[in-house]
Amino acid sequence: MSGEEFVPLSLTPLLIGIFAAVACALPGNFLVLRKQALIGDAISHVVLPGIVVAFLLTGVISAWPMMLGAAGAALLAVVMIEAIRRLGRIEPGAAMGVVFTTMFAGGVLLLEQTDTSSVHLDVEHALYGNLESLIWLDAVGWSSLLDAQALAGLPVELGRIAATLIGVIAFIWLFWRPLKISTFDEGFARTMGIRTNVLGLALVVVAAIAAVAAFDAVGSIIVIAMFICPPAAARMMTNQLERQIAWSIGFATTSAIVGYVFAGYGPLWLGAADAVSAAGMIATVSGVILALTALFGPCRKRAGAPAQA
Amino acid sequence: MLSDALLLQLGYNATLVAIGAALLGVSAGVTGTFLFLRKRALVSDAISHATLPGVCIAFMVMVALGGDGRNLIGLLLGSALSAWVGLLCLNWLTRHTRLAEDAAIGSVLSVFFGFGVVLLTVIQTMGVGRQAGLEGFLLGSTAGMLWADAMIIAVGGGATLLLILLLRRPMTLVSFDPEYAAARGLPVARIDLAMMGLVMAVTVVGLKIVGLILIVALLIIPPVTARFWTERSDRVVLLSGLAGGVSGFVGAAISASAPNLPTGPIIVLVSFALFALSMLLAPNRGVLAAILGHLRFQRRVHLRQGLLALAQGQPIYERLTLRLLSRAGFARADGVATELGRARAAKALRDEKRWEVVRADQSHEAAAALYDGLRDIETVLTKDQIVDIDRRIGGPQEVPA
Repeated sequence: MSGEEFVPLSLTPLLIGIFAAVACALPGNFLVLRKQALIGDAISHVVLPGIVVAFLLTGVISAWPMMLGAAGAALLAVVMIEAIRRLGRIEPGAAMGVVFTTMFAGGVLLLEQTDTSSVHLDVEHALYGNLESLIWLDAVGWSSLLDAQALAGLPVELGRIAATLIGVIAFIWLFWRPLKISTFDEGFARTMGIRTNVLGLALVVVAAIAAVAAFDAVGSIIVIAMFICPPAAARMMTNQLERQIAWSIGFATTSAIVGYVFAGYGPLWLGAADAVSAAGMIATVSGVILALTALFGPCRKRAGAPAQA
Repeated sequence: MLSDALLLQLGYNATLVAIGAALLGVSAGVTGTFLFLRKRALVSDAISHATLPGVCIAFMVMVALGGDGRNLIGLLLGSALSAWVGLLCLNWLTRHTRLAEDAAIGSVLSVFFGFGVVLLTVIQTMGVGRQAGLEGFLLGSTAGMLWADAMIIAVGGGATLLLILLLRRPMTLVSFDPEYAAARGLPVARIDLAMMGLVMAVTVVGLKIVGLILIVALLIIPPVTARFWTERSDRVVLLSGLAGGVSGFVGAAISASAPNLPTGPIIVLVSFALFALSMLLAPNRGVLAAILGHLRFQRRVHLRQGLLALAQGQPIYERLTLRLLSRAGFARADGVATELGRARAAKALRDEKRWEVVRADQSHEAAAALYDGLRDIETVLTKDQIVDIDRRIGGPQEVPA
């Protein structure tokens, strides 16, 4: 494919897809190891009411209020889960289930009650995202990458997701040692003076920010898939955290690229006329990668576990 | 309007939906209880999301065979099939790889749902207008429900309840103590699978009414609600079924009473309201009960410490203690003990001394273990024992005025 076609139509969605996938996969590594993988699932459900409330308050579809609304909803959900778990003495999984389904139901109800026909805001959009539509109309070819005027026309989502990715990387870089220690041995971390509960909450908040930024661009399916599938697949490949993270970045990038290409061109190769959902395809590809590593990965078994009970 | 809806006066379709939703709520509540007690509540989330590809494939197969593609039985069969595949994937991932159950749930959920979305977009390009209705499975749609659809839901709900009735004893045993169940020779893995099969049945039946994203709520919220009220598993099952049924019925009625009130979300919100009420008001496990219990305990500690301070002639500065003492008539507002107060204080001090003896004596070890600073010694020892202890302490002494 030539640069004239690729750069405006595919380069930016592809980059956004990769950035979103990596930004979610990075905190996902720690969430999976801490057995909090479903926090990602919960967050991606509660983002919907946050966005709807932000829209009701401001009356416009614009990025920052919605990001704030979504982040607020994610934080509220975490607090509610914790409150129900402690006050009601209920196991965390069930507490999470109570909170995120209720908030999602509230979001759907609000959405149905308000007149959003004039704006592009519906449940399907929240689920699938609109990766394919994030095109760069000002570009004419590879040379546009050096053209300041054309660069100004880049989709704003690209800048946001790139900034989020940098923030996520910075968080993990800065808190690498405490994160690593508290993930594997919380008691030891506490004796070393690491405030594990604050760190745990910070991790969830970073995950929420990544989820909200990615959600804005690619919808909630990718968010859940990228939180869990690449880290889980990476877990089957190695026993070292550093290598696991490297693998997970690799898997996330591969899923994003292969998924996007398959969604855009796969049907054409098969003779169909239209593309299929890129977000769904990226999630599917990450699942295929996970299945392959679960079947053939060198570290797929539990260490020390009996062969099969 | 709402009372009309609750009394089934809103016409044929609304009545069908309300009855169907109530039946669904009962079977979901009952099934969910076992899932909740097994601490696997979120497995239902994976199962429900895994139905989407099946619905789409069933639709495509039916269209390819020349049918209409919207036959509810066909779509539900497809959804059951793919939910079953998802369940097997989930079980395989947790048993044969190092992944913990939560990661396995998340991956099955997202991958199956993602694949389902891909298939949905394929269907959208297949033929115009025909896919209408499939999106309804995401959030449920009861608007155009037919009598045949309602019958399927009613029969499905009834059959699920019957199966639960048959399997409830082994399932209860496995939920509470899987190791013991295995030692008794029960096929734990198969019972687990049966439990999940029931969850799947509820999910599939509920697809039409509440949709696949929110059906989880009906499986999780009613059991959690019921758990607040009782400590017995059979009652949790009953109460949970009741809570589910009530939220299904009331939710469907509310949604029928006004426009723009989608059935699924309303049912979920009604059941959450029941949950919130239970969490606040339930005896023993409720938040209000816990707060009251804490306050009562606080008052007992303050009163006891106040009496001991009076007995030893120490001044009391603490406000709450003073207030409690004067309200009970043990002291005046300035902290000087009354006649009654002095008697009770002497008794408290004496009890403390008795406890001291009890705790120093090896032969009273069992009684000494019950010492918490508040317990009346009469509730632990017999009169003879107390007399014996008093003999060791000696006679009562004057309380300093």
